[in-house]
This record gives sequence, structure tokens and C-alpha cells, in this order.
Amino acid sequence: MSESRPGRRDDGRESTRLDAFLAMCLARFREFYRESEVVFWSFVFPIVLSVGLGIAFRNRPAETLPVAVIAGPDSARVVAALSGTPLLRASAMDAEAAAGALRLGRVALVVVPRAGGGVEYRLDPSRSESVVARARVDDALQRAAGRRDPLPASVAEVTEPGGRYIDFLIPGIVGMNIMSGGMWGVGFNLVDMRIKRLLKRLVAAPMRRADFLAAHLAMRLVFMAIEVSFVLGFGHLAFGVPVRGHLAAVFAVGALGALCFGGLGLLVGSRARRMETVTGLMNVVMMPMFVLSGVFFSADRFPQVLQPLIRVLPLTALNDAMRAVVLEGAHLRAEAAPLAILALWTVLSFLAGLRLFRWS
Amino acid sequence: MTAAPPLSAPSVVVRDLHKSYGTVEAVRGLSFDVAPGECFGLLGPNGAGKTTTIEILEGLLAPSTGEVVVLGRRWGRDDQAIRERMGVCLQQTVLSEKLQVDETVALFRSFYRRGRAPEAVIAEVELTEKAQARVGTLSGGQKQRLAVACALVGDPELLFLDEPTTGLDPQSRRQVWGIVNGFKASRRTVLLTTHYMDEAERLCDRVAIVDHGRVIAEGPPQHLMVSLGGEHVVEIALREDGAGPPALAAFQALPGVRAAQLEPGGLKLTVTEPHLAVPAVLERLRAEGRELSGLTTRHASLEDVFVALTGRHLRDE
Repeated sequence: MSESRPGRRDDGRESTRLDAFLAMCLARFREFYRESEVVFWSFVFPIVLSVGLGIAFRNRPAETLPVAVIAGPDSARVVAALSGTPLLRASAMDAEAAAGALRLGRVALVVVPRAGGGVEYRLDPSRSESVVARARVDDALQRAAGRRDPLPASVAEVTEPGGRYIDFLIPGIVGMNIMSGGMWGVGFNLVDMRIKRLLKRLVAAPMRRADFLAAHLAMRLVFMAIEVSFVLGFGHLAFGVPVRGHLAAVFAVGALGALCFGGLGLLVGSRARRMETVTGLMNVVMMPMFVLSGVFFSADRFPQVLQPLIRVLPLTALNDAMRAVVLEGAHLRAEAAPLAILALWTVLSFLAGLRLFRWS
Repeated sequence: MTAAPPLSAPSVVVRDLHKSYGTVEAVRGLSFDVAPGECFGLLGPNGAGKTTTIEILEGLLAPSTGEVVVLGRRWGRDDQAIRERMGVCLQQTVLSEKLQVDETVALFRSFYRRGRAPEAVIAEVELTEKAQARVGTLSGGQKQRLAVACALVGDPELLFLDEPTTGLDPQSRRQVWGIVNGFKASRRTVLLTTHYMDEAERLCDRVAIVDHGRVIAEGPPQHLMVSLGGEHVVEIALREDGAGPPALAAFQALPGVRAAQLEPGGLKLTVTEPHLAVPAVLERLRAEGRELSGLTTRHASLEDVFVALTGRHLRDE
């Protein structure tokens, strides 16, 4: 069909729509892994963050609490009664030294022996270790004085992975990574290409615009799978964080999250022609979710009135669903509510983003 | 070179094109045709409306009013078909810095159903040695040749070049001119914009001089220069002697001189026969008691045409 053209120098190959789509995916993939900053934020940063926070907030064994006993005729008896008690360290000191030590937090409790065998406890009830020390000291002294417990009780100690801070944190980091990846990888990147007039150059070629955006999203899904595997794998190997749900369910939640934040990235980057505009918009979108959506601590800690608002944020929905699947092995059916919220955000952001999008 | 097949429709038709941005009228009624196999130049100062016009022809901007036909088709109806057959080099495109030269050309090749082998195009723009280099490491001239390669890889019938050598060093400019001449040799059509007169003279079969969104002169560069009334320019620099500017009428009347014009520090004469004019001019200056500090003769350029038509130099901002 092209013989009529003058001086053709055709290479004889026919490039299909699929060829173009795959070429755009490949270009996107190369741009991603050749950008060292992107590799840092996607892989190194989450690891540094989880190691740092995992160490800072690791679960400690119960602390031995120091207790002061005011020196006097009865103090030796009280110190002797407490010395055999685990998790307490009693020492006798004069009244003035004891008051100072309590004020400075060097002791959790001051015990004042009374004539006739009684004691008085001095403590600041707003300090939790003082309250614990009072309970332990009182229990030990009452038993030493001959108390018999009417109710037989026994203790079985249980420590199970899944309930620690690091277990809470790792799925939150996964969610945060999916959010940043979508916003930077799609939103920021599109604005960068618009500013450089690369978008304009691309649409001057017979490139299918829909396929260009689809290639961006397809690559977002690929990067999501790599990032999620990497962070969960690291959590599992380094901290023993369990992955109880089916891997297919984990990636399904991740994929919906990646599409949702890809859509929000598209919306945020749909019109901006300046770097300042898009980074500002991205901060407006991401900062509240970093704080509110339960990345580093549970969103339940915020007041009740805020909860309905927090629950409809896409990152809250993603974190809730991801935690339920990873830590509790939940089925997707049980997470219908957060998944529906994510799906709704996805649809709305794509509709608005595609409508507003400008290529130049 | 311009021998288009008989009855062949123009590659580009522009009729009464207008484009406004808010209250600013960038293009105010442009009309021209470009014949197949022709290299047509839109020439004018910055802000004349050249880029707006070429981007409308490329289907990147919508005109306010007016008619545009590209390769026999109209934007809004056959966009994909037009894009398959045209190549575009925008003013200042920054291609992806992280991709290699060969990867970039292959990406653009994939957009076109039929096209040329990327290696062949890379060789044509003399980037074979840089084929595996990242785009971010290329010099300005190399980047521009890569942008031209991306425009050529779809084997276009019509090539749009917006200020193809602005900001390049002389050697890079000559390289780009060589590539464009090679493309013209295959009897394809080129439409370029430039504010360099020498570029238009070297590449274009025909130029339209554009000023304030209108065509103020159109024709082959040689014809436009002849229309000045002379093909040579004699520039005379005079030593400052406080005698005031020389009388133009006296110089205009000299043999071989068609027009005279005052320039800062001297005179500019448009001349048909320099061998008659120069001795007469020297005689006249001696008679007036003026001292010559410099004299140059050269062929008239499109710059002279532009000055004659507008009273301004092309590069006046």
C-alpha cells in the first residue's frame, strides 16, 4: 500500500498497537530503575524506616522497678519482705532522700513503714510505673503478712508474632509505599514530561494516548508487585513478620491500591505546568494520610468524631485491608468495605483525571 | 527539485488562519500553500506567530478560525492518518534523559505502523557512535540531531521543523542542515520556521516572511532579494567628523545604486553593479570631504529584505 510514496525507505516491519504499548512499558521500566532516587525511595527508605522504628519500639521485657523504703525501726522488715519479690528492687533511705528520688523519677514508689506493722504508699498516680510498683509491693507485703488468696489463679505465658509493633508497622509501610509510588511515579512524572514538552512531542507522533496512560499504570502494577514482595519479604526475614493471607489476596489488595493511587497521581498531575504546583498538591494529598491513615500507629487513636472521615481516606482503606490480609489471613470477602472505598476512589480519580488532563 | 508530479495536491494548505490567546492575536490571517517536495520556510522575528502556526499545522493547537489541510486531510477527522505520515521536531523538546539514543529512536519507531530501521536513522544523523549513550549525556547539537532522528524514523512524507538550529553552534547547525538537505533529496516536503536568514537561504525553496502574525512577503529567497532592486549590498562606515549624516539623495543618484539607507555610523547601499557603484561612491565621499573608515560588499540577504520591508532587524526583540 505504500509503493506510491516517493523514495520509501521502509524497514519492512509492521509495528502494531501492542508493539507500541510494550515499547512504552519497556521505556517506563528503564526510566524507573535507572533513576537512583526512585530506587532509594522505593526500596532503601522503607527498609531504613522499618529497621529504625522496629528497634525504637521493640517490645521490652517487664522492667524491674526501684522502690524506696524510709529508714526507721521497721524498714529492715519491709526491705526483707520485698527483696525476694521479682521485678522490684527495694532500698532503704532517709525521708528527704526518698522524697527527692521520687520527684526525679529515680524510684517509682516510696514505702513509709508505720508503727504497728502498717505501711503508707507515696506515689504519683499519673505515672504508670508507680501504679504498677504499688500493686507489686502491696501484693508482696500482704502475702508476707499472711494473706491467703481465696481464688486459685495460674498464668500461661504467650508470645506470638503478629501482635508486635513491627508486625503492625510493616503492612503500613507497604501501604505508604504504594501511595508514594502512585503519586510520584504517575503524577510527578507526567508533570515532568509536560514541562519538558515530551508529552507534546509524543502526541505529535501517532501514539495512542490511552495506551500511553495504560502503560504508565501497567508499570505501576509491576513496580507495586516488586515493592510489596521486597518489603514483606524483608519484614519476614529480618523480623519474622508473618504473612498469613494468601499471596494472591495480598497482591490483589496491592493492585487495587496501586490503581487507586495511580488514579490520584493522574488527577494531581493532570494540569500542572510547574514543579512547585504538583509537589504542593501532592503534599496536600499525602501528608494528612501519612498522619491519619494508620501507617505508624493505629488510626483508632484519633477522636471518635474524626473516624468517619479517616475511614474513607484511601490510604486508611488500603492499610486496613492490607493488615487484615497479611496479619490475620483475612479473605478478600471480609474486607469488602475498605476495598469498595478504594475502588470508588479509583473510579472517581480516573474520571476526573482523564477529563482534566492536558498534554501540553 | 521542486518538480512535483503534475496535478498533485499541495502538501499543506493554509487559508486565512487566525489564532488568539485571550485578547492577544498571535496569528492574524495567514495563507500559504506548500507543494509536495518543496522546502518551505516561515521566517520572522521571535513572537511573529511562527510557532503557533506550525503547531496548528501539526495538530497540536486548534486554530481560532481558518482552514488547514495537511496531506489532503483535516485535523479532527483523520488525526491518526496524518500523524502516521508526518514527522515533527518541536522547538526545545527534552527527550527522556535516562533512555539511550537507540532506545529512544526505537520507541518512536514503535508508534508508526511503517517506518525506517532505527539504526539506519541513527546513522543518518551521525549518532552511531553514541547509540548506546544515555540521552542525558549528549551535547546540545547531538540532542537536536536525536530529535530530528525521532522525526525521521516514521519515514514521513512531510517534515515539520520548528527552529531546528536555534541555540546550536555553527558546526552543529551545518550538520542539521545536511540532514535536512538529505531528506529533501528524497523529494519529501519540509516546512520549517526560523529566524535565521542564512538558514532559510540555504534550505528553503520558498519562504514566507511573517511579521505580527501576517505574511508580508513570499517567494523564493533569490526572488525576494532581487525584488529589493539589487543583489548586492555595500556597507560604508564613516569616521565621525561632526559633519552630520550624508545626504542620501546624492548617493541614490550614483550609477549602479538602487537604494541608500542610513545606518548607525554610516550608509547601506543596495547595488546592482558593484564595479560601477563602488568607485562612484568613493569619488562622492572624497568630494564631500568625508573620511572612510570601512567598506564591505556582500550579496544581499533575506535579512536585508526584512529590514527593507519592516524597517527593523530580524533579531530586534
